[in-house]
Amino acid sequence: MSNAVFTPEMKDTHTILIPDMLPVHFRLIASILDQYGYKTELLRNDGRSVVDEGLKHVHNDTCYPALLVIGQFMDALKSGKYDPNKVALLISQTGGGCRASNYIHLLRKALDKEYPQIPVLSLNFSGLEKGSGFQITPQMLFKMLFAVLYGDILMLTYNESRAYELNKGDSQKVLDKWINIITKRLEKGGYTKTKQTYRAILDDFAAVSRSKEKKPRVGIVGEIYVKYSPLANNHLEEFLLSEGCEPVVPSFLDFCLYCAVNNVNDGEIYGFKNKTTFTFGVGYKLIYAKQREMIKVYKEHGEFTPPHDFEELRHYADKYFHQGVKMGEGWLIPAEMAALEEGGVRNIICTQPFGCLPNHIVAKGVSRVIKEAYPQANIVAVDYDPGATKVNQENRIKLMLANAR
Amino acid sequence: MSKIYSLGIDVGSTTVKTVISDENGEIIYSKYQRHFSKVKETAEEQVRAIAAEYPDAVFKTAVTGSAGLGLANAGGLPFVQEVYAAFVAINKCYPDADAAIELGGEDAKIIFITGGVEQRMNGSCAGGTGAFIDQMATLLGITADDMDELSLKSEKLYPIASRCGVFAKSDIQPLLNQGARREDIAASVFQAVVDQTVSGLAQGRTIEGKVLFLGGPLSFLKGLRKAFKETLKLDDEHAIFPENAPCFMAYGSALHAMENGDKTYSAEEIANLIKNAVMSDSTVTGRRLFESREEYEAFVERHKKCDLAYESIETYSGDAYLGVDAGSTTTKMVLITPDGKLLFKHYVSNKGQPLDVVTKQLRRIYELIGDRVNIVAGAVTGYGEELIKAAAGVDYGVVETVAHYRAASFFQPDVDFIIDIGGQDIKCFKIKNHAIDSIMLNEACSSGCGSFIQTFALAMGYDIAEFSQLGLFAEKPVDLGSRCTVFMNSSVKQAQKDGATVEDISAGLSSSIIKNAVYKVIRANSADELGENIVVQGGTFLNDAVLRSFELEMGKNVVRPAIAGLMGAFGAALYAKEKAEQEKRTRSGLISQSDLETFAYTTRQANCKGCTAHCSLTILTFSDGHKFISGNRCEKGAGLAAKSNVPSLYEYKYNRLLSCVEEKPSSAKAKVGLPLCLGFYEQLPFWHRMFTDLGFEVIISEESSRKTYYKGQHTIPSDTVCYPAKLAHGHIESLLERGADVIFYPCESYNVDEGGSDNHYNCPVVAYYPELLKANVASLNEENFICPHIDINLKKHAVSVIEKAFEKYGLTKSAISDAYDNAWNALKTYQSDVESKGKEIIDYARLNNMPIIVLSGRPYHIDPEINHGICKLITSLGMAVITEDAVFRNVSTPKLDVLNQWTYHARLYRAAEYVTTQADMQLVQLVSFGCGIDAITTDEVRHILESKGKLYTQLKIDEINNLGAAKIRLRSLVAAMGR
Repeated sequence: MSNAVFTPEMKDTHTILIPDMLPVHFRLIASILDQYGYKTELLRNDGRSVVDEGLKHVHNDTCYPALLVIGQFMDALKSGKYDPNKVALLISQTGGGCRASNYIHLLRKALDKEYPQIPVLSLNFSGLEKGSGFQITPQMLFKMLFAVLYGDILMLTYNESRAYELNKGDSQKVLDKWINIITKRLEKGGYTKTKQTYRAILDDFAAVSRSKEKKPRVGIVGEIYVKYSPLANNHLEEFLLSEGCEPVVPSFLDFCLYCAVNNVNDGEIYGFKNKTTFTFGVGYKLIYAKQREMIKVYKEHGEFTPPHDFEELRHYADKYFHQGVKMGEGWLIPAEMAALEEGGVRNIICTQPFGCLPNHIVAKGVSRVIKEAYPQANIVAVDYDPGATKVNQENRIKLMLANAR
Repeated sequence: MSKIYSLGIDVGSTTVKTVISDENGEIIYSKYQRHFSKVKETAEEQVRAIAAEYPDAVFKTAVTGSAGLGLANAGGLPFVQEVYAAFVAINKCYPDADAAIELGGEDAKIIFITGGVEQRMNGSCAGGTGAFIDQMATLLGITADDMDELSLKSEKLYPIASRCGVFAKSDIQPLLNQGARREDIAASVFQAVVDQTVSGLAQGRTIEGKVLFLGGPLSFLKGLRKAFKETLKLDDEHAIFPENAPCFMAYGSALHAMENGDKTYSAEEIANLIKNAVMSDSTVTGRRLFESREEYEAFVERHKKCDLAYESIETYSGDAYLGVDAGSTTTKMVLITPDGKLLFKHYVSNKGQPLDVVTKQLRRIYELIGDRVNIVAGAVTGYGEELIKAAAGVDYGVVETVAHYRAASFFQPDVDFIIDIGGQDIKCFKIKNHAIDSIMLNEACSSGCGSFIQTFALAMGYDIAEFSQLGLFAEKPVDLGSRCTVFMNSSVKQAQKDGATVEDISAGLSSSIIKNAVYKVIRANSADELGENIVVQGGTFLNDAVLRSFELEMGKNVVRPAIAGLMGAFGAALYAKEKAEQEKRTRSGLISQSDLETFAYTTRQANCKGCTAHCSLTILTFSDGHKFISGNRCEKGAGLAAKSNVPSLYEYKYNRLLSCVEEKPSSAKAKVGLPLCLGFYEQLPFWHRMFTDLGFEVIISEESSRKTYYKGQHTIPSDTVCYPAKLAHGHIESLLERGADVIFYPCESYNVDEGGSDNHYNCPVVAYYPELLKANVASLNEENFICPHIDINLKKHAVSVIEKAFEKYGLTKSAISDAYDNAWNALKTYQSDVESKGKEIIDYARLNNMPIIVLSGRPYHIDPEINHGICKLITSLGMAVITEDAVFRNVSTPKLDVLNQWTYHARLYRAAEYVTTQADMQLVQLVSFGCGIDAITTDEVRHILESKGKLYTQLKIDEINNLGAAKIRLRSLVAAMGR
C-alpha cells in the first residue's frame, strides 16, 4: 500500500491539497499552514465526477463522506492540474470508535495503484500517524484555534445576515472583506484584540440592510462532514435560502470542544487520570473560555444570535443521552437539537450519510425523546448518498417546511 | 363575474390526477391517469381537457406530487407539498380521523392527527409502495389486479422482506422455484407492505383509532386493504377507504389553492404554463452508445461471429445431452450433440412455475426427436436445480458458476474473466490456471439487475426488446448512478422531472447496470484488472445497449456468445457429457415420454419439526408418489437421516452459552434480565456469574426467532440498522414479558482488550444500543432499565459502577469485587471451552479427511435467527465448521493496512492469518447487511487470504431467510477447493 512519507524537504516542493469541508474555516486554516511555509490549496471541484471517482476507489458500503473526500482528491489528481510528484494530501483523523478513523487508510489504498508517490498527511490531535515531516506545532495549533473562532463568527453571522439582506450580495462582501483581514491578522499572531475584532465583524454585518420579515429558522445538525460541506449536502444552505428560510448551522467549535471534552469525560466515566485527560482538560478550559468571550461580545452587541454555550450543550446532552456516547458525533447531536429547540429554532434537518453507524443511535434513535421534550419540534432526517437524488431529499425537506409555516 | 373554481393537479411518480372543486369545496370533476413517464404531456393533456369542458371558468390552482415540484417551479405555478395537501383534505373531509396512511407509486406516507400532528414519508431506501407491488406482480407474471384476486384465496403467509423490492425478490423467487402457491405469495407480498408501513413509518407510534387509507394501491387492491385492516385490528367503522382516495392529494391541493391562492387563471392559461415549462437540465448526461448507425452495424457484425453451430433436431440421429438452467426468473434449456452443436434451445420467463416450463418443453423435445435421438445424460443448474432434478429425473446437478465456466471456455478457451448478468444476479468469476479462482456475486441488495430493466420497460409501456433498442441511439443518455435499483428508480424520476426522453433513460439504465456490476460487484479500479479475455453472458447481455455500455466502460471488446442467455444450460449440457463419459453412462434417467403424459404434482406447506429452526417446508408430491421437500436447511428436513456426523462449533457455542444461565441462587434478591442480543452473545457468562454471585436470579430473553423481531419491530427508529440490532428490540419485550424486575444492558465503548490491536472498541451499534432502546421503548424507565457506561477491563471502575447502579440492593464493594473476579473467570472458561472444542473438531475433521471452514463473524452470529442456519448448510456439504474465536489466539496480528481498533474485528484478521497457515482450512466471512465496519474489514480479510493463496468467501446476511446465494457461493467454494 502507498505509504509515501512527507519529508521536510517536500515542504518547499509540494502543494498540500485540502478537501472542502468548511468553506470559511478551512480557508483560514489553510492560510495558517501557508504562513508556516507549506503550500496549500483548498479543493473546490464538485459534481458527478467526484462521486464517480469515489465509487471507483472506495468500497461502496463505506460512508458517503469517505467516498466524497477520496473522490474529490482522485478527481483533482486526474484533472491534470497538479504534478503528482509535487502534491501531498491532507486528511483529518479523529481516532474515535467510528469507522471514520479509517479514512486515511482508505485514501492510501485508493492511491496505491496510480499515485503511490503521493504522501498523505494526517491532521489529528490524538497522536496518530507520528513521524511525518508534517507537524503541527503548538503555536500553529493555537493559531488554528483562532481560525476556528473567527470562522465560526463569520459563518454564523453571515448565515443570519444573508437570509434577510435586501441587496443580494451585501453579506458576501462583508464576509470576503473579513476573511482577508483575518488572514492577514493571523500572520501576525491574531491572539490579541479578539473582542474588538468580533465587535467590528458584528458591526459590519449589522450595517447590511436587512428586512424585518419573519422567516422560518431551520437548524442543521448531523454528521460533521455532511452537515457543513455543500458538496456533500447538495448545497443545503443555498436551498433553504431559496425556500425563504434562515439556515442555522451550529458552530464548528462545538465539535472541537466535543472531541476535547470526550477525553476528559473518559477519565471521569472510567475513573482514571493521565496525561491525556489532563492535557485535554486544560485545553478544554482554555477553548471554552474563548467561546464564552465570544458569546459575551455577541450579547453585548445584541443584533445577532450567539453560538451555543458549550457547557449548556453538555447540560442538554445529560437530559437525553449519556456523555459516554462518544463515537461519531455522539451526544453532540441530541445536545444541539435540544439547544436549537430551546433557542426557538423549531425546525431541524438532521443530515447524515446513508447507513451511518453512530447516527442510527444519536440521530434517528434520539428524535423520539427530543419530540417528547419539545412537542413543537419539527425534525426531519435526511440521508445523503451517491444514489440519493436531490428531488427526493428536497421533497422531504419541503414537507418539513410545509409544517414549519 | 363567473364563479371561481379551484384546480388541484397532482403529478406523482406514475400518475397524474386533476380535481376541480367549487367554492364550497365540493368536487365537481376528477380524473386519474397513468403518465408512463410522459409527465409534462399528460399533465398538459388533462388540463386541456378541462379547458375544453370549462372554457370560461376561472381557476385558482396548486400543483402537488413528487414529480409536480419540478413542473411547478419551471412553469411558475404554485406548489404544495403532497403530504401537506393530504392533510388539508383530511381536515376538510374527515375531521375526526386519527391517522392516515397513503401509499403512492413510490412513496409511502403516514399522518398522525390526534396526539400531536406528525407527518412522515418513507426514507430514500424503501420499497413497500405501489411500484413495489407492480414489480412483484411482474415477477409473478400477472397484473396487480390478478395478484389482488389471488391474494384473497391465500392459506399461508410467508415472511417477505419489503424494505426494498430487491430484497423481496430474493425472498419470493426461491418460494416460486420451490413451488409455493401463488395465492400465498400474493397475500405475503401485501402483508410485507403492511409490515413495512408499520415498522418503517410508524417507528414507535401506534396506529389506532379511525384510520384513513389513501392513494391508488389502497383504493384498488382489496387484498392490501384486508391485510392492513387485519394487522392494525381495525373494524369497518375505523378503517376508512374514501371513494376519492386516488385523487385525494389533488383535492387537497385544490382546497389549499382555494384558501391561499392569490392568482386566478383560465384552464387554457394553466395548460400553456405547463406546456412552456422549461425543465432545468440538471441531470448529467453520459456518453452516447453509438455515434452512428455504421458503428452499430459493425458492432453487430463483430458479435455475430460468436455463434454456435446448429443441427436440425428434426433430422439428426444419434446421441444428445440435455442442459437445463432453472434460473430465478427464466428457465433455459438446450439439447446438444456430442460435438457441441445445438439441436434445441428454449428461453422463457418461468412466471414462477419452473417445473411446468421444464415438463412442457421435455414433452416437446420427445415429440421432436422421435426415436432418432438418444439422450445420454442431462444436467441441471440454477435456483431450481434440486426441484428439477427430483421431479424430472435429470441425472446431474451442477453449481451455476461451474456450468458458466464450462460454457464460456467452449467459446474462448483462454477466458480469464466471465461476467454473467441474469434476471436477478450478477455473477463474475476470474479464471486462473483453467479453474475458477475467485467469485463475485452481487449482494442481496443490488440484485434485480436484468429484471429491473424489464420491470421498468413495462412501467413505461414498452416491451423489453423495444425499450432497450430505443437506447442505442439516444442523444443524451442520462447518468443514473450506480446503486441499488431502488435508488435508480428515484434517479429516473429526477431525470424525468428534468425532461429526459425515454431514449435517454433507456441508455442510462443500461449503463447503470454496467457501472453497478463493475464498481459495486467486481469493485474494479480499472478495466485491466479484470482480464484479457472477457466473456460476457446472461440474458441481460443480449441487450445490445447493455453490451455496448460494458465495452465502453471497459475500453475493450469482449466476447458475447449469441446464446448469451443460454450459457448456463449449455454449460450444464457440456457438464453432463463430461460426467457421462467419466461414468460411462449410456442412457439418461430422465423422466420418460410416457411418464410425462401422466405427470402431475401437488404442493403442500409444512413446518419442519426436526429442530428449533422450524424451517418452512414446501412439499411437492408427484403423481408417481415420490416427494420433493424444499425450504430445509439441513438433511433432516428433507426426510433424510443426518449425513455422517459433520461437526460444527456453532451449535456447541450456542448451547454452551445458554447453558450457563441454568444456575440460579437459592434465594434471589431480584430477577435481573439480560437480553440475548449483540454483545451478550459473548459476555453472558460474565454477567451471569456476576449477578448470580451477588444473589440475583438471572433470566434471559427468549431464543431469537422471526417472532422476536416482530415483537419489537414497532420501536425500531432506524430501518437501515443491522438485523442483530433490530432483534434487540424484541428481546427487551421478551424480558418484560418474562417478568424481569430490572433489565441490565450496559453501554460498552470498550470491549475486552485482547492485545495486538490499536484499540479495543465495540462498534457504535454494539456499544450504544442500550441508549437507543431506552430512548425508544416506551415501557423502559430509570427503574426497570439499567444501562451504565462500563469498561469491564477496569476492575475498580467496574465495581463502583455496579455498586452505584444497584444501590438499592445494598451490595458491598468487596462482594462485587469477588463477583467481578469470578465473572472474569467464567468468561475465560467459556472462551477456553470454545477453543478446546474447536481443537476437538479440527482433530476429528482431520481424522476423517474433512475440509474445515472457519466461519467467521461476530459473537452474535451464532444466533440461528441471524445466521439462518448457514453453519448447517456448510456441514451438509461435508465440511466441518469452527469459529474465528476458536483459532485467532494461535497467531499474532498480521501487518494491516487499516486502523485495527475493534475487538471483534481484530479477531477476524488474526483468524484469516491463521487460516493461511493451515492447508485444509478456508475462511468464510459472515457479514450482516448494513454493517458499515465490515466495509473495511472485508477488503482487508480478503487481502490477507488471497495474498497467501487462500480463497475468500463472503456471505451477507439479513432478515432474509433465503440461502440461495449463500449456497451458490459455498458450492462454488467446494468446487474451487476440489481442484
